[in-house]
Amino acid sequence: MKKVNHRSSVSRILGIALVMMLAFSTSLFAQDDAAAKAGEVLFKANCAACHKLDAMSTGPMLRNIEARLEEEQGLDREWLYKWIKNSSALIKSGDRYAVAVYEQYGKRQMTAFPQLSNEDIDNILAYTAQEKVTPPPVPKLEGEPSTAGGFSSEMVLWALIVLFGLLALGLFLVNKTLRKFAIANGTVNVEEESKKPSVWKAFVQNQFLVIVSVILLLLGSAYFAYGYFMQVGVDQGYQPIQPIHYSHRIHAGVNKIECKYCHSSARVSKHSGIPSLNVCMNCHKNIAEVAEETQQEGLTKYGVDYNKEIQKLYTAVGWDPTAQDYVNEQKPVKWIRIHNLPDFVYFNHSQHVTVAGVECQTCHGQIEEMEIVEQYSPLTMGWCINCHRETDVNFRGSAYYDKIHEQLKEKYGVESFKASEMGALECGKCHY
Amino acid sequence: MASNKKYWKSVEELNENSSIVETLRQNEFVEEIPVDEFLGNKESLESSSTSRRDFLKYVGFSTAAATLAACEGPVIKSIPYVVQPERIIPGVADFYATTIADGYDFASILIKTREGRPIKVENNKEAAVKGSANARVHASVLSLYDNMRVKRPKIDGSDVSWKEFDGEVSQKLRTVSDSGKQLVLLTQTYASPSTSKLIAEFKAKYANVQHVVYDAISESTALDAFEAKYGERGLADYDFSKAEVIVSIGADFLGDWQGGGYDDGYAKGRIPTGKHGAKTMSRHIQFESNMTLSGANADKRVPLSPTDQKVALAKIYAGVTGNSISARNLSDKAEDAIKKAIGQIKQAGSKAVVVSGINDVDAQSLVLAINEALSSEAFDKDAPKKIREGNDAAVNKLINDMKADAVGGIIMAGVNPVYTLPNGKEFGEILQKLELAVTFTTKEDETAQQSKYVAAAPHYLESWGDVEMKKGYYSVMQPTIRPLFDTRQFQDALLKWTGNEKTYYEYIKETWQTGILNGASWNQAVHDGVFKTTVAVSLVDEATAAIEEDAVSVEETEEVELTTSASQQARKLASTSAAAGMELVLYAKTGMGDGQQANNPWLQEFPDPITRASWDNYLTISQADAEAKGLKNWNVANGGLNGSYVNVTVNGKTIENVPVIIQPGQARGTVGLAFGYGKKAGIQEEMQTGVNAYPLYEGFNAVQDVAIEPVAGVHEFACVQLHNTLMGRGDIVKETTLEIFNTKDHHVWNPMPHVSKNHEMIDATDPGADMWGEFDRSIGHHFNLAIDLNACTGCGACVIACHAENNVPVVGKTEVRRSRDMHWLRIDRYYSSADTFEGDVEKKENMSGLFGEEGSLGGFLEMENPAENPQVAFQPVMCQHCNHAPCETVCPVAATSHGRQGQNHMAYNRCVGTRYCANNCPYKVRRFNWFLYNQNDEFDYHMNNDLGRMVLNPDVVVRSRGVMEKCSMCIQKTQKTILDAKREGRQIKDGEFQTACSAACSSGAMTFGDINDKESKVAELLEDDRMYHLLEHVGTKPNVQYHVKVRNTKEA
Repeated sequence: MKKVNHRSSVSRILGIALVMMLAFSTSLFAQDDAAAKAGEVLFKANCAACHKLDAMSTGPMLRNIEARLEEEQGLDREWLYKWIKNSSALIKSGDRYAVAVYEQYGKRQMTAFPQLSNEDIDNILAYTAQEKVTPPPVPKLEGEPSTAGGFSSEMVLWALIVLFGLLALGLFLVNKTLRKFAIANGTVNVEEESKKPSVWKAFVQNQFLVIVSVILLLLGSAYFAYGYFMQVGVDQGYQPIQPIHYSHRIHAGVNKIECKYCHSSARVSKHSGIPSLNVCMNCHKNIAEVAEETQQEGLTKYGVDYNKEIQKLYTAVGWDPTAQDYVNEQKPVKWIRIHNLPDFVYFNHSQHVTVAGVECQTCHGQIEEMEIVEQYSPLTMGWCINCHRETDVNFRGSAYYDKIHEQLKEKYGVESFKASEMGALECGKCHY
Repeated sequence: MASNKKYWKSVEELNENSSIVETLRQNEFVEEIPVDEFLGNKESLESSSTSRRDFLKYVGFSTAAATLAACEGPVIKSIPYVVQPERIIPGVADFYATTIADGYDFASILIKTREGRPIKVENNKEAAVKGSANARVHASVLSLYDNMRVKRPKIDGSDVSWKEFDGEVSQKLRTVSDSGKQLVLLTQTYASPSTSKLIAEFKAKYANVQHVVYDAISESTALDAFEAKYGERGLADYDFSKAEVIVSIGADFLGDWQGGGYDDGYAKGRIPTGKHGAKTMSRHIQFESNMTLSGANADKRVPLSPTDQKVALAKIYAGVTGNSISARNLSDKAEDAIKKAIGQIKQAGSKAVVVSGINDVDAQSLVLAINEALSSEAFDKDAPKKIREGNDAAVNKLINDMKADAVGGIIMAGVNPVYTLPNGKEFGEILQKLELAVTFTTKEDETAQQSKYVAAAPHYLESWGDVEMKKGYYSVMQPTIRPLFDTRQFQDALLKWTGNEKTYYEYIKETWQTGILNGASWNQAVHDGVFKTTVAVSLVDEATAAIEEDAVSVEETEEVELTTSASQQARKLASTSAAAGMELVLYAKTGMGDGQQANNPWLQEFPDPITRASWDNYLTISQADAEAKGLKNWNVANGGLNGSYVNVTVNGKTIENVPVIIQPGQARGTVGLAFGYGKKAGIQEEMQTGVNAYPLYEGFNAVQDVAIEPVAGVHEFACVQLHNTLMGRGDIVKETTLEIFNTKDHHVWNPMPHVSKNHEMIDATDPGADMWGEFDRSIGHHFNLAIDLNACTGCGACVIACHAENNVPVVGKTEVRRSRDMHWLRIDRYYSSADTFEGDVEKKENMSGLFGEEGSLGGFLEMENPAENPQVAFQPVMCQHCNHAPCETVCPVAATSHGRQGQNHMAYNRCVGTRYCANNCPYKVRRFNWFLYNQNDEFDYHMNNDLGRMVLNPDVVVRSRGVMEKCSMCIQKTQKTILDAKREGRQIKDGEFQTACSAACSSGAMTFGDINDKESKVAELLEDDRMYHLLEHVGTKPNVQYHVKVRNTKEA
């Protein structure tokens, strides 16, 4: 079982420094044009769903669009106003270039934006006319020790070990020499010393002590052996490296996507289901790249190039981002299963998720904080049973329980019942 | 005691000196560990190359290796869909309606699929005709995953692509068609409107095409008779639920007679209903030679040889219609029975029905005439069944034409004539000489081996199709999985060869939309799987119909005599002289049918309901004849049944070394032999069991004059007959007569056993008789399974359904012989001594002492004189889920425990295999995994290959070696039902809870449900007077109810 190493705090500090640096550098390049700023807001709100500045998306890339149009097609800003406010009318009017664009992008019509004023459009164009900001190359962090922070902790450790080793050796040698001197000088009587019973000998001669300590030793080793064997097959903390680095932290944490949006079968099936890749593509059709900050964070903090990981998804589903279509061969992803229950246990997600209303996090931990998912719970029978003993059955709002709950209340005179009292400890409920 | 009849399960039990019976009673698991064999032989021990040291080394090494290997968990990969189909949710089963129509079995069914894999067959309750699956249909899902299937088309034994195949065949089709020779389509019965239309188009395209329909086991005589009388080729349909008196002469209508499927209607009439004290049920009289399911269920069974049956039928005709016909006298008993039967038929009038399985056009015509004369309500001639179309005359003509070199090419589909024809070998030789011989097959069978072109055909679960099982009742066959192999169905090939670009799916859809649906929705029809119409449908236009006419004109010349009157036919039958020697009656076994699914291990291991033997066919013979010929059956020390061999000769053809089983109830002078066994081609070696009876099926007549000659040798049967004796405790099957049932209190015919407490007799169910405290089970669900012995016909559909649902392993012939069969549900079959019930009681009461005139030792033997004609009772037994289960208290590791819903749980992972539980179970329903039955080359059945394992139910664990298993009352199904209701927030309706067996039971013998739901049927049945528990006096408080069997013994 592989684990991702904890990055050293040094690299973390470096990363933060880098982010700071980047922040400054952008402000250096930023033009004082307020129009561009307003344009950026508008662009993100209205255009970004289909357009990117420097890449093809559903629609064409828009960096310097005005200049390019002027240069290549001889079209002015007026044409752009018309197009943006109502492209279909422009196409209908038979405008040559409008029709050409319409044809080129698979006869997909651009949404009309009559709500944008000319001024708004000017602002957007100002934003698109900005020079592309190329971030300074990211210093490589993986593997190479940085010189700025001095010795790495590991090296310090080794140095210390060597030092202590030398000290111990020195002391030993000194002691030995002194002793030799002492014997030579006759200060110490050798025979006398050897006759003096050592603690060790005394211990060996005391049978009671020997027996007690042997018993303690055996008990102790039995305790540890038991502990060792009990954790065989318990893979708590199992955190395999997946073929695609999928960050639950970003999806469930930052973007707050509901777990069951992707793991939809958890509601109705025994399996939570690994989402099929078409579910990913619902969003990633439009999200080919992560935000710049996220990308930097990935590179510095986790050593992951998120954009490359998205490309892996595209390869798997056969999506061609330039053609904006599924043209390539599909290559199903072989995920590594993290939670493995033995065959002789029947576990049903829907029972727990839909009926009992248990949060996913109860068993799977703070998934939304995990960059790489690990097995949070031990998944042992004791763990299951414990929860069944502690959890109240959720009777509310289910016609199924109405009668049963009434009868139980009448019989026992209490309102709530634990799952274990409803038969959730019976062998046959999970083993068949 | 409801009856003091002494039941016995084997001829062996009647033998007082048999030590084996006693041994088995004492010792359930008879196999000793053969320590002596190994250690006792010093020489072999010394010659062994493994020294003690080596042995210890190996043990040490393997232990260390296993320990090391166990420390690291394997990396398990999961591969989700790239694009998930909308309807498939992993972990949730989908059901599709489809239809099986393999030429022998026809049924509208539902297929349960998981993640796109069909795993189980269920009954289609919406189907009005044949909506229930029999044992073979239930098992057919495993045949889909048969490793021996033909995987791609072949020419001369080498794999080719469909393109090459099409190229060669269409070219040959042209040549044959141009040569002026016949081009023959030899097919199974499809009963498919679209296929008929397609074949008509094929005929229009190519010259000289003949279409011959061939049923391996022919019903041609009944078809001919019906056609002659009503001008339409079909089979009269019968609704036995409407009949008060059923007289069957050699018709096993609970088996496969005329396609079968009559058990649900029959069972409805068998449950006593009506006002208290005046309850009625049907009366069933059976004249037959082999002991069949129908005979076993009859109120009165008269053993009669086939020739005598003909006379009997003539006499019944004469009696019912009032014609006088002179016929030879049969035995007194038979004459008396016939007289009384006539009386009852006349009394019942239109509420009576007569059926016959005699392979004779006259006899079949006579049956139609009798039912017509009675204007029987159960008889339906207006909407005949179409599930048999085979025509003997046409098949015979084809063979003659082939011999005369008048046939240029033949395309076969769904048939295996080289195996099933009496002169199959000869047929095969001609096939090789033909210009074109194509066979559409799923296996590389005998016919495929002789044909140049082998077209790989899909299984029915991968095909489209439509079936008209009964006039006006249509069914749709839809694929439930993508084809596993590179296969193509016959109809798609015909489309291709007629130059039609359509797929067969489009073709059917078009046919239905233009001709059948009459405006109704096609999607709805596919969804339901069935469609009923009252509008007359004609799909084949007149031009093509004319061609069809030409083809059949041949046969009609031979049927001129059919126009003769019924009385003439009766006279002709009456003049049948008695057979000079022995008569052989060929029949189809419940498990194997015509042998199409011989490579299906579930069916091979399915014990025959009558003989309880599996993995074999055999010659059934009466005790008297066996004694005369010196044939024997005996049990050996390990509980296995052994038998003698005979050579069977019919018309100079001899089948050598046929094992013999002595069958109580077999008519004297007759022997029986089952079809469907003895296959050698396209079948795994383990499944090559029994002998092939088809070579004796001369002239498609199931009755043949036979000579049998005992030969040396001993056959070892795999028979579960003497297994699991109920330790001599009687009172297992309670039964009574309708008269007593109606007139006496239920304490008389269904008495509660008493036990003594403080020297007072109290009811066994009295709380005072109990040493255990009772749990309160009144809240939540409490499951009960009710089994009505009156409705159970012993058909065995439940056995296979249980097999499929619960991943029960197949153990093979040698293991079954050692009593190690794994069936969670068995159907016990008990013979009883019939007739003199009162006499029996009297005799038993008069017994005194052990020896002497009235001694019990001789007395029992006399009383139980090997019944010439016993009564039979079937009793399905599975885990009884005792509330006070004896197995639970003896388990040292608490692996078996009780749930509050009434189910007795078995935690396999906890079981250490002491087998105490099996020892302590009074019902002997626990099964032990003596070996690893999956992924083990020693048990090379479906669980040993990737394809076969696809049939496994993912909700039920596959058990490993060394653990006990047993019926779980389908806890996975009850839990699913509960979960569905919880999720949807609703209460559970009665009928929603089902087990695999109760869902499979079409006769209504098994009812499952929640007795805490006071409205439920099973709660009502619990209070029924007929209800009793098995071995009530043991005090186990089972959750399985049985209902006293009532026989209608009223004579006219």
